[in-house]
Order: sequence, then C-alpha cells, then structure tokens
Amino acid sequence: MDLLRRISEALQTGSIEKVATLTKQAIEEKVVPRDILDKGLIAGMSVIGDRYKKHEIFLPEVLLAAKAMYAGMDILKPMFLKDEMPTLGRVVIGTVQGDIHDIGKNLVGIMLRGAGFRVIDLGKDVPPERFIEVAKKENAEVIGMSALLTTTMPAMKKVIELVKKEGLNGKVKTIIGGAPVSAEYAQHIGADAYAYDSINAVDCIRGLVQKP
Amino acid sequence: MSIEGKMTNPRPILQFLSNQTIEKIITEARDILCKLGVEVHNEEILSMLHDHGAKVDRAKRRVLLTTEVIDKALKSTPCSFKLYDVLGNETNDFSGYNVHFTPGSAALNILDAKTQDIRKPVTKDYIDYAKIVSQLKNIASQSTAFIPADVHEKISDSYRLYLSLLYCEKPVVTGAFTVDAFDIMKELQIVVRGDEHQLASKPLAIFSCCPTSPLKWSEVTSQNVVDCARFSIPVEFISMPLSGFMAPVTLVGTLVQHTAETISGIVISQLTRPGTPVLYGGSPAVFDVRYETTPMGAIGTQMIDCAHNEIGKYLGIPTQAYISLSDAKMLDAQAGLESSMGATLAALAGINNVSGPGMLDFESCQSLEKLVLDNEICGMVLRLVKGIEPKEDFPALPRFEELLKEQHLLISEHTQKYLKAELYFPGRVIDRANRARWQEEGGLTLLRRAQQEVESLVENYKPTRLSDTAKVELTRLMSREARRCGMPSLPETTV
Ligand code: B1M
Repeated sequence: MDLLRRISEALQTGSIEKVATLTKQAIEEKVVPRDILDKGLIAGMSVIGDRYKKHEIFLPEVLLAAKAMYAGMDILKPMFLKDEMPTLGRVVIGTVQGDIHDIGKNLVGIMLRGAGFRVIDLGKDVPPERFIEVAKKENAEVIGMSALLTTTMPAMKKVIELVKKEGLNGKVKTIIGGAPVSAEYAQHIGADAYAYDSINAVDCIRGLVQKP
Repeated sequence: MSIEGKMTNPRPILQFLSNQTIEKIITEARDILCKLGVEVHNEEILSMLHDHGAKVDRAKRRVLLTTEVIDKALKSTPCSFKLYDVLGNETNDFSGYNVHFTPGSAALNILDAKTQDIRKPVTKDYIDYAKIVSQLKNIASQSTAFIPADVHEKISDSYRLYLSLLYCEKPVVTGAFTVDAFDIMKELQIVVRGDEHQLASKPLAIFSCCPTSPLKWSEVTSQNVVDCARFSIPVEFISMPLSGFMAPVTLVGTLVQHTAETISGIVISQLTRPGTPVLYGGSPAVFDVRYETTPMGAIGTQMIDCAHNEIGKYLGIPTQAYISLSDAKMLDAQAGLESSMGATLAALAGINNVSGPGMLDFESCQSLEKLVLDNEICGMVLRLVKGIEPKEDFPALPRFEELLKEQHLLISEHTQKYLKAELYFPGRVIDRANRARWQEEGGLTLLRRAQQEVESLVENYKPTRLSDTAKVELTRLMSREARRCGMPSLPETTV
C-alpha cells in the first residue's frame, strides 16, 4: 500500500515530522494499526539495518531513523489494547556487576528498540539477581549482558547459572557481548548467543526469539 | 666551538592551537564545570567538594564547581614530577617537552607468538613481557600491560603489579579495577620503597584514573583518585570523550569536554591533598560511526591527543596520552604506520608520558612482537626530537680536507666521536641488510625477526636487583591476598 511505503521511506530519511503526519493519516484512513507498525515503521527500520550493515549509511542515520520510528510509535500506541505495542520480544539488558562500561550496551539497546523490541535497560554495574528479578517481572524472552573487563566477565556466568537455578532455562534466552568475550566464551558459560556489534545483536536476538 | 656553542637549533615542536584558542577552550570548560557541573558518584567526594564551596545536589550527585575551587586546584598542581625505578634511581622526568614511552596498558588479550591469534594471557606471558620490557632501551617505564587470566579476577589488577615489581626494575604505569584493590597495590609499592614517606618522595607507579564521558566520575575511579592523593601516588587522568558520540564531533568541541573532565579530576585530587603529582592525560578518540569502534590509530584521535597536551602544558601540568598504538589485529603495515605516526606526533608535541607501544585492536590486545618493533619506532622518534645540532661541524674546511685526503671518514676522529650519538642504529627487528644478505640470513619477515628478538630477550634476561627480602615480602603479601579470594597458592613463578 502506497501510504505504508511512504511511512517506511520517510522513516528511512529520518523525517520525524513526516513519519508522524503519515502515521496519523494512516490511522485516519483506518489502516490496520498492526500493518502500520509492521509494514510501515518496522519495514523501514529493517531497510535501514541492512543499509547500515553494508556501510551505505552510518550510525547517525540509523539513530535518526529510530527517532522517526519512535515518533510514529507514540502516535500508534493508543490504538493497541491497554496501550501495549506489539513487540518482537522483551529484552532485559545491562552491564554486569563491577563494570561501568555502558556505551556498547546502550547502542545495542537503541538498535533493539529501533528493530521493534521492547527493551528494559537496567543500566550498568547490575547485580546478577537483578537480571533475573526483572526478567521474571517483565516476562522477558531474552537477557542481554555486556562486560568490558576481564574481571567482570565471570559475572555473566553467574547470571546464566541463576537462569538455570530459577527454572527459566529455555524460557529465557541469554546473549552476551563486549570486548573481552567471544562466541567461544558464550559457549563455555552456556550463553545462547554472542554478538559483536549492535546490528549483529539485533540479528542474534531475532533468532533467539523466533518461535520454532 | 664558540660559534657552535651559541648556535642551538629549536627542538622540533608540533603545535595545533594558538594561545587564544587554548584560553577560549579552558574558559568554556570552566564555564561548563561551574554551570552544568560534573556528576560524582562518591559521597565522600561530594562532601569534600561541598566543604570547599561547591554547590552539591546530593540527589542528582551533581556538583557545580566554582572558579575559586578550580583556581585553587590548578595552583597547587605540580608543574613536574619524577619517577624512580625499584632501586630508587630516577628514570622519568615529566617536565617541559621530555618524552617517555610506556607500553599500552590493561589489554584484554595477548597475540600469541606462535599462532598469531588472540588468547587470554597467563602468568608466563606476563613474566616474559616484564623480562622484555626490562631490556627495551627506548621504553622508560613498564605498564601493567595485560591481565593474567590464571588468577582470581579479584586480584588480577594487583597481581600484574606484583609480577612487574618482581621481574622488572622500571617504574610502573598501572591502575586499579576496584576500590578495594588500591590497598594491596599501595602495600606492594611500600614493600619496595620501605615506607610511605619514601614512596611519596620517590614515586614508583602512576595510577590511571578515568572519568566517564560526559562529565561524570564513577565511584571506583574517583575513589582511586582520592586514595592515590592520600599517599601522594601520582595519577594520570584518562578522560575519554568520543567525538561525534559521547562528545561533540569537532576536535575543538571534544577538547572542551576533555578539558572540563580533566580539570574535574585535578580538583578531586588537589583538594584531597594539594601538591599530588598528576599527569594531564587522556585517551580520547574519534568514534567510527561505521564500525561502532573507538580508533586509537585515527589521525583525528592523534590530533586531539597532541592538542590536549598543549592545553595541559599551557596550564603548567605534565602530560600523557594514549597515542602510539594501532587498531590493526596483527603485526602488519597498518600496525606500523598507525603506531609510528602516533609516536612521531606525540614526540613532536612533547607529550611527557606516551602510552601505547605493543598495543593493537583498540587498546584490547598486547603483542610482544609488536612491542619490540615499537621500541625501535620509539628509538627513532626520540632521535628525531633531539633535532639537528652542529657538532664540531664549523669550520667545515678541515673536515673536507681530511675527506679528500683520506678518501673516506670512516675512522676519522670526528666520526668515532659522534657516530652513535648522531645516527640512530635500530636493532635487528628493522631490516637494513641488502637483499642478498637478507636472503642468506633466512629472508626473514618482520614478524619472524620480531619473534626471534622476543625469544632472545627472554633468554638473556637477568633477574632484577631488588633485594631478596623485598621479593619474599612481595610474594607473601600477594599470596595472602590470593588466599583471601580462595586461591590457595599463586601460579608458579621462578624469580
Ligand atoms: C546484550 O547483548 C550484547 C550484544 C553485543 C554487545 C553487548 C551486549 N555489549 C557490547 N556489545 C557489542 O556491541 C557493542 C556495539 O558495537 C560493542 O560494544 P563495545 O563496548 O565493545 O564498543 C563500544 C561501542 C565502543 N567501545 C567502548 O566504549 C569501550 C572502549 C574502551 C577504550 C574503554 C572506555 C571507552 C572506557 N573505559 Co575502559 N575502556 C576499555 C575499552 C577498550 C576496548 N577495546 O573495548 C577497556 C575495556 N577499559 C579498561 C579499563 C582498565 C578501564 N576502563 C575504565 C573506564 C573507562 C571509561 C569510563 C573511560 C570509558 C567507558 C565509558 C562508558 N560510559 O562506557 C575503568 C573501569 C572501571 C570499572 N570498574 O568499570 C578502567 C578499569 C580504567 C581505570 N583504572 O579507571 C580496559 C580493560 C582491562 C581489562 N583487561 O579488563 C580496556 C580494554 C582499555 C584498556 N586497555 O585499558 C560490542 O562489544
């Protein structure tokens, strides 16, 4: 549909106001809200993600597009039951205990939101128990951890052990990232995935939440 | 000689900023500190700043500094200081345009000598590293270059300092990862020096302490600043604004932020103990918006480093920067070009403590092979900044008479006197053979030559002259610390 394609295109150029106006227009024209979200906003972000991966555009353009998407989502929100946006999944993220590096984790959060996930960001220096507590409360599908220090990597293992101990294994998937960790380390501590940058994190988490 | 005596040439100096620009940057940075303030996640420091007249919002942990507080701190900051090796000999004089190199510190990985792939380092790697640094002539201090993974994570920062003090006489550039680690790291230094006073009068180690961009101090790093000041242990402030991401995209805008963050650190240290030696340092970087990385080898990063050093010099404070390193993943041409470009710029700018040799991959990987190559780069640039000076060159006539008569100057007295001081001769890592000889000697690549150099340095190492009593005491303290973390014994080391 032309209008949805225009929403997607406006989003891709980061035109915040245009996305807002077109989203309103779509609602007025009784387009199904779920379609506005999936075929307009999220479709646009998905193109942005691909172009970023190919280096056709850079991070600022991605963030502008994400901002445009939020503008559209704000308008769309009341159209859904209990104001609850359909999401690709709920992801609890944080930098592990003892570690204050949060730049990479923040970027991952921004990209996940942009891709249509609901992100609960616990910040930095997050105790292992807190990940579990919030994942349970929010009914999260994924726990994402970031660590940048050799000394804080082991905290990731503790979280994964707690996931098992609390009987969340299988229900809650785990993903890790940050300069000192690797795919091998993820495997070693029993994490479900490892991602090396924000766009890779989105891809991996998409894979994790996909129902078989 | 009388003509020559007067004829000293200028040291080559690289300068990016006019005094007017520097003054403007400092004024703007001060304005930010007084109007926007700095966030400090440390109750004790908030109280201290409040007591000195700063406006503190406890709930938000935000402090608005005052011009008086800033002036007071800048006034009490020493304009120079020195470092001394484990034996108490002076090694580093951080003043004027003196340049000293130190290996890049705190890497996550080591590039394995054989596989040339990354892995987590262990005790043996660290000992090899310390043995090598002991013998690298152009590297003035050791740094705690990486984190051995075969000890409990709670002692991994102090353990590397322990190994450094045990195996290498050079002073140490280091840092703590937690508040608690400071104590043992201070105790280890006291063992070497004898007591607190001697440690204060002859500093042995510098601690790197990082503000968090933008304009924030975490509990850990700010407490490290305070603890160092209490024992008069020098600190280098490592502000890390990322241009275009966590800082303005322009180099000047980034410098304003760097200045504000660094001055806020100086305030914390100087109010705790006026006169604490500090380095006006940093590891700023331009942010690569294509790869989400913080390139240390980028020309923009290196320009910010040189320029923040100019600001430090203008304030009368010795300087530091993370600049002679590379983001390459192995010892390739990129590693060489980025490291030598950085080292050259740093030396020309007169950065006093230049961190980086050995480092690859965004400060995350140390390579011993690269370290020995970088030692050569450092040697070359140290020669570079000595500049060009006449050395019994005038009058020129007699020398040319001698040349025409003898047909060469190879054994001339003038040559014998000045050969080694005037011309820099790199070690075996740098290839200077003609092709036939190079081929006959194995046709070795740079990597192979560097590997051989690493092996030979490790083999030729001689134990340090630190007393056995001190070594035993260091081991006793470290073992006790290990036991506290549930490690019954330390990994095997043979001193
Ligand atoms: C949920 O799922 C996922 C999925 C993907 C995920 C993910 C989670 N998390 C990350 N990813 C991935 O996607 C992200 C986006 O691309 C990527 O995230 P990254 O974080 O890797 O990438 C960012 C976009 C850019 N990269 C970064 O932001 C990190 C860069 C480096 C240079 C770095 C920075 C910037 C900082 N630091 Co620090 N710092 C270093 C870093 C060196 C390095 N090579 O990483 C490192 C990690 N730091 C180090 C150190 C020592 C420290 N730092 C400290 C402080 C700081 C700053 C405050 C100055 C600043 C952080 C600011 C902030 N708000 O985060 C201190 C930490 C104190 C503490 N307890 O935490 C201090 C201890 C220094 C001190 N003594 O004060 C070293 C680690 C040492 C070690 N072996 O453990 C270090 C390797 C640099 C060095 N060589 O010294 C991917 O990894």
